[in-house]
Amino acid sequence: MLELVDLHARVEGKEILRGLTLSVGAGEVHAIMGPNGSGKSTLSKVIAGHPGYVVTGGDIRFRGQSLLGVAPEERARAGIFLSFQYPVEIPGVTTSYFLKAALNAVRKARGLPPLDAMDFLKAAKAKMRLVGMPDALLHRALNEGFSGGEKKRNEIFQMAMLEPALAVLDETDSGLDVDALRTIAEGITALRSPERSMIVITHYQRLLDHLVPDFTHLLVGGRIVKSGGKELALEVEQRGYGWVEAELSP
Amino acid sequence: MSQPLDAAGAVAAREDYRYGFVTPIEADCLPPGLDESVVRWISAKKEEPVWLTDWRVAAFRAWQAMTPPSWQNVHFPPIDYQAVSYFAAPRQQPKSLDEVDPEILATFEKLGVPLHERAALAGVAVDAVFDSMSVATTFKGKLADLGIVFCSFGEAVREHPELVKKYLGSVVPVHDNYFAALNSAVFSDGSFVFIPKGVRCPMELSTYFRINAANTGQFERTLIIAEAGSSVSYLEGCTAPKRDENQLHAAVVELVALDDAKIKYSTVQNWYPGDKEGRGGIYNFVTKRGACLGARSHISWTQVETGSAITWKYPSCILAGEGSVGEFYSVALTHHHQQADTGTKMIHLGRNTRSTIVSKGISAGKGQQTYRGLVQVMPKATGARSFTQCDSLLLGSECGAHTFPYLDVRNGASTVEHEASTAKIGEDQLFYCRQRGLSAEDAVSMIVNGFCRDVFKELPMEFAVEARKLLEVSLEGAVG
Repeated sequence: MLELVDLHARVEGKEILRGLTLSVGAGEVHAIMGPNGSGKSTLSKVIAGHPGYVVTGGDIRFRGQSLLGVAPEERARAGIFLSFQYPVEIPGVTTSYFLKAALNAVRKARGLPPLDAMDFLKAAKAKMRLVGMPDALLHRALNEGFSGGEKKRNEIFQMAMLEPALAVLDETDSGLDVDALRTIAEGITALRSPERSMIVITHYQRLLDHLVPDFTHLLVGGRIVKSGGKELALEVEQRGYGWVEAELSP
Repeated sequence: MSQPLDAAGAVAAREDYRYGFVTPIEADCLPPGLDESVVRWISAKKEEPVWLTDWRVAAFRAWQAMTPPSWQNVHFPPIDYQAVSYFAAPRQQPKSLDEVDPEILATFEKLGVPLHERAALAGVAVDAVFDSMSVATTFKGKLADLGIVFCSFGEAVREHPELVKKYLGSVVPVHDNYFAALNSAVFSDGSFVFIPKGVRCPMELSTYFRINAANTGQFERTLIIAEAGSSVSYLEGCTAPKRDENQLHAAVVELVALDDAKIKYSTVQNWYPGDKEGRGGIYNFVTKRGACLGARSHISWTQVETGSAITWKYPSCILAGEGSVGEFYSVALTHHHQQADTGTKMIHLGRNTRSTIVSKGISAGKGQQTYRGLVQVMPKATGARSFTQCDSLLLGSECGAHTFPYLDVRNGASTVEHEASTAKIGEDQLFYCRQRGLSAEDAVSMIVNGFCRDVFKELPMEFAVEARKLLEVSLEGAVG
């Protein structure tokens, strides 16, 4: 599904990713953990094609095609979804208006007819239940005045609507209370399928209690330094990152 | 590497101004220049009564003693008022729609303003002003049945001299400001509306202004009188051909609302803005003011200003009647080298008067934008309330937004609030939209429309749609 090959990337002139290699197969869930500043968020932005992040070496291949030079909207239409750590607010534009326009842009690229307002609403209501998001949020300006939890629910709700082939979840668990975390994690788990891959970026094990990964990777200094199964996440939870860094130093 | 796109980035060419064509018609055009004989000539040409000739001459003399204002935050070389022609009118003077020059009908057709009543916009009566003259007014008969007068200004002078004489200059006196004085001296035509007592006008009234002739100024005059208990919604639209030289448009609009009357005045201003290097375009120097004379009267200005090289206008309300209400909703967009200094004045004279100001400024390219507003609460305006919200949105790093709110409160028992914000369409906002599959252009237009929502919802439905489209076209190339 996704191949990152010796990926180098810089932002504001500073090299953040330094030879990152990662392979994600169809239907797999990969957790990525790492200390602050190790490049986790940069990785998510680079996969989604943020224009401020410059790839200086290596390649990103999605379903066998290089994504280098592909505009973010093209990547989105091809099936890449990023759940933002800090979702933006768009005043005056309702969530439903925004998402319907996005969904129909994506559907058009996939050769599907546009959804009309009624069909959209029906689909939206079903998916909102998945993440425990109240209907009223649909008619409010996108993320404006939403609580941290509501913003994160809204991200996963959008993911459910857009049905991506690859979802990158950037610290979806940050800023959530225990109950919200469980609901959202269960929502994400319900979206797992053999056709859908996920990259779950997190600081903490707690999200992974509900959303059990197939693989866990430790990202340190812009590189994957250690990979393992779900137990690696537990080890990080207990021991922190110090021991990995110590292992790495000669 | 993804394609470079940043909000602070490149500016491509504006889509060709759709209304930039010239209509080949025969016109009577005065040679350039302005002196008292020109003023008298215009008045004679229009067969005006002596009182009006005298009024014009007085205005001209006042104008001669004045100097152009220099306080506004816009920059342009001094205008040579002797190089402007002060009158241009289609040679053929139609008596009815059937006699209107087919070229002119075709022009309005092309502008999307069909003048044949059977083809006309449902529920909208139109007065079409071509250069200095009103060429057609639709649905007059239907309106006349209700006692509503909707006609060209020239016709009003002939048919309703007592109303014109009573109200002309009553809201904007001839010496009010430089451009109002000039307009009063040389105004050629415009629209006149009278809504009798207790009548709710059943359709939108609309004037469509078109500048066609080269090197002329357009000086129209609009006067709307709403008698007690009446209401009317009025809309004006404006376009002009593309020309390399600047053209002057100095209009005056006066509104009078008596007890419980309501006037809603909407403008979609799309004069030629000049090319992307800043050549040509209209100088739009307009004085608009409404007097809420009656108790509980209500005047609401809504403007969408996307055209003109320079815009200088402050649609205002004098809130004299007890409990009267003034509103100003504005979206102004400046792109490329456009400049706008616009806002409103709300003068609270009466008790329990209320005003609401919502101003949304959008700057792109090298566009410069100034909001200038005055809220004045006079000593007798006990219980007055005023709320201002003034937001600016910047696209790119070469444009500017400036805000000059003046508050002058002389009554302690009143409430005046002001809120302001400036935001930049950030890379992150754009990226978020694009990550969901929207193109950069769609994303910008969505963000800008969201920003303008509070104003667009004040526009009559069909014009709100038009305004949204206009904004999209005007912003083309602003990003990406």
